[in-house]
Amino acid sequence: MIEFTPRKIQSSFWAILSPIISIAITIFIGSLIFKMLSYPVMESLYQVFVSPFSRPDRIADIFVKACPLIIIGLGLIFCFKANIWNIGAEGQFIFGTLCAGSFALLFPETKTYTLLFSMFIIGFIGGAIWSSIPAILKVRLNVNEILVSLMLVYVAMLFIDFIVRGPLRDPMSFGFPLSKVYPDGAIISKVDFPFIGFLGQFHYGIFIILILCPLIGFFINKTLPGFQIKILGSSIRASEFAGFNKNKITFYVLLVSGGLSGVAGVIEVSANMGRLQPEVSFGYGFTAIIVAFLGRLNPYGVVIAGIIIATAKLGADNAQMVLGIPKVVTGIFEGMLLFFLLAGETIQKYKISIRKEN
Amino acid sequence: MENLLITILLTSIPILLAGLGELVTEKSGVLNLGVEGMMLCGAVAALGSVLIFGNPYIGILFGAVAGILISTVFSFFTITLMTNQVATGLGLTIFATALTGLIGEPFVGKTAASLPKLEIIFLSDIPYLGKILFSNDILVYFAIFLIFFIHFGFQNTKIGIIIRAVGDNHDSAHSIGYSVKLVRWISTSFGGMCAGMGGAYIPLALTPHWSEGMTAGKGWIALALVVFASWMPIRLLIGALIFGGITILQFVAQARGWDVPSQFLNMLPYLTTILALALISFKLRNNNYAPACLGKHFLGNK
Repeated sequence: MIEFTPRKIQSSFWAILSPIISIAITIFIGSLIFKMLSYPVMESLYQVFVSPFSRPDRIADIFVKACPLIIIGLGLIFCFKANIWNIGAEGQFIFGTLCAGSFALLFPETKTYTLLFSMFIIGFIGGAIWSSIPAILKVRLNVNEILVSLMLVYVAMLFIDFIVRGPLRDPMSFGFPLSKVYPDGAIISKVDFPFIGFLGQFHYGIFIILILCPLIGFFINKTLPGFQIKILGSSIRASEFAGFNKNKITFYVLLVSGGLSGVAGVIEVSANMGRLQPEVSFGYGFTAIIVAFLGRLNPYGVVIAGIIIATAKLGADNAQMVLGIPKVVTGIFEGMLLFFLLAGETIQKYKISIRKEN
Repeated sequence: MENLLITILLTSIPILLAGLGELVTEKSGVLNLGVEGMMLCGAVAALGSVLIFGNPYIGILFGAVAGILISTVFSFFTITLMTNQVATGLGLTIFATALTGLIGEPFVGKTAASLPKLEIIFLSDIPYLGKILFSNDILVYFAIFLIFFIHFGFQNTKIGIIIRAVGDNHDSAHSIGYSVKLVRWISTSFGGMCAGMGGAYIPLALTPHWSEGMTAGKGWIALALVVFASWMPIRLLIGALIFGGITILQFVAQARGWDVPSQFLNMLPYLTTILALALISFKLRNNNYAPACLGKHFLGNK
């Protein structure tokens, strides 16, 4: 009989160790899967985890891939800390991108920096509008935010599909569902490193993480609203006794999280695609959930987690090209990783002992 | 008109089956958000087995077993290891979507045999009603049987009352001597079985070929439906039929040539879900039918 005794103080030893162990177990089971599908195990692991580091431009591309994951993940920290389950970041990403992209296409004459700056603001507002729907329903009517935010992902996907096939379709796109190319002012340019030149797709948008990460870390750990969020998440009763406004916190964490997803979308599209298309996100909103958990809801952890997951994603692309391993394998890895991370949380919270039956 | 009603009924079956299973799971206090993933597992297992064995009934069996197997992953983590149910359910869907994508890849472009229609003698000769209700495939009859089975099961059988007790107050159920964890394992497996069969119904009766993520949110709609039905099986049928109707509306609109972009028609099931959730929450503001221990962990060593 396995016995769980709650720990008085959460084990910080396990808090650091559990993500590492989780990754190790995932890799171990992953190699068993490769073996079962009769792919060369060492070669597969090399492609997935090491090959993205093999050239400077590939390393730069890891950051490009990690950028949207990290920004969305940073936003999700707010929700998950408060125990609010926003799983529709994908939809907020798409809607924010759509709003900002439409603005760029409708007002192409705006001055360069004004345009990009407005796009960031509009992207944030767009994402926040999309997440305000579950937020309002949750606060006013206590509707489950999980289902509403998820349903809105499908709605956003269909909506952007309609826009790029209809109103904003480029007449010169030969029937492809693509918008016109963004005006120059709406494009985030690649970084021209001194002495080195361009490195892969490395762009200026990535630097926003250097600002966001410490800012959010400071907000969560050092300010009163950040404290209120944490208390609401760990104990609703304690939060009520302290007189914190539960509805207000719920509303704002969803808004911030949606807004940051929108910003992530603006950066991703302005830096890499330069136009709107039916698929602007490739499941970033869902992957970011795993990034947030792997980063243990810590802003700096999320950055590291984003880089790890991005590496595996790029590695999976390489593995598909070199060995023909289907790309969906990453999803299997992500799911397993989440399972083990959650199991790690149990070890952190409870002391586990084995008791003999009398 | 007859055909339309039959199509609505058939379209609602996957959501109905998955919803009924989830209802039982939730009544025992477990919130399994992996319905979408379990349905996909059922769908791919059904399709694959039909392509191999050629018999659609074997497809139902494989779909059900696949649903149970994948739900045991969820049970192991949430019930035995006490992980967070919301996050684990989400992980299950991510995991299963990828897994079925991998397994289903060789099936792309192949067509599976459909479930045969079984006409019930005499009854199927009733004008109108007979065609709609009594000349369907076996899973339609099974789903309708299941509604009443679960309804009466929860009202009148000992097992049903034990499940409700575990879901409403696990400490009391434990102190009387019931194994909370075992009851939850079984209820979750039942949910997995139903979701697997619901998923299996999609390739076996609706669209006979595989595409990645072919459930297209039906699992999530089923979850919403359980809330909408206030955990009552018969209301679940009404909800599922409404969704069947809305899904069919887009085809009707296309056939009639309505001038509405198809994307907006495709949005309807999702928008209706949100609206339905909002309305039911508004109506039940002060009276929550949710099982009291829904989503709560049971330590099991008091």
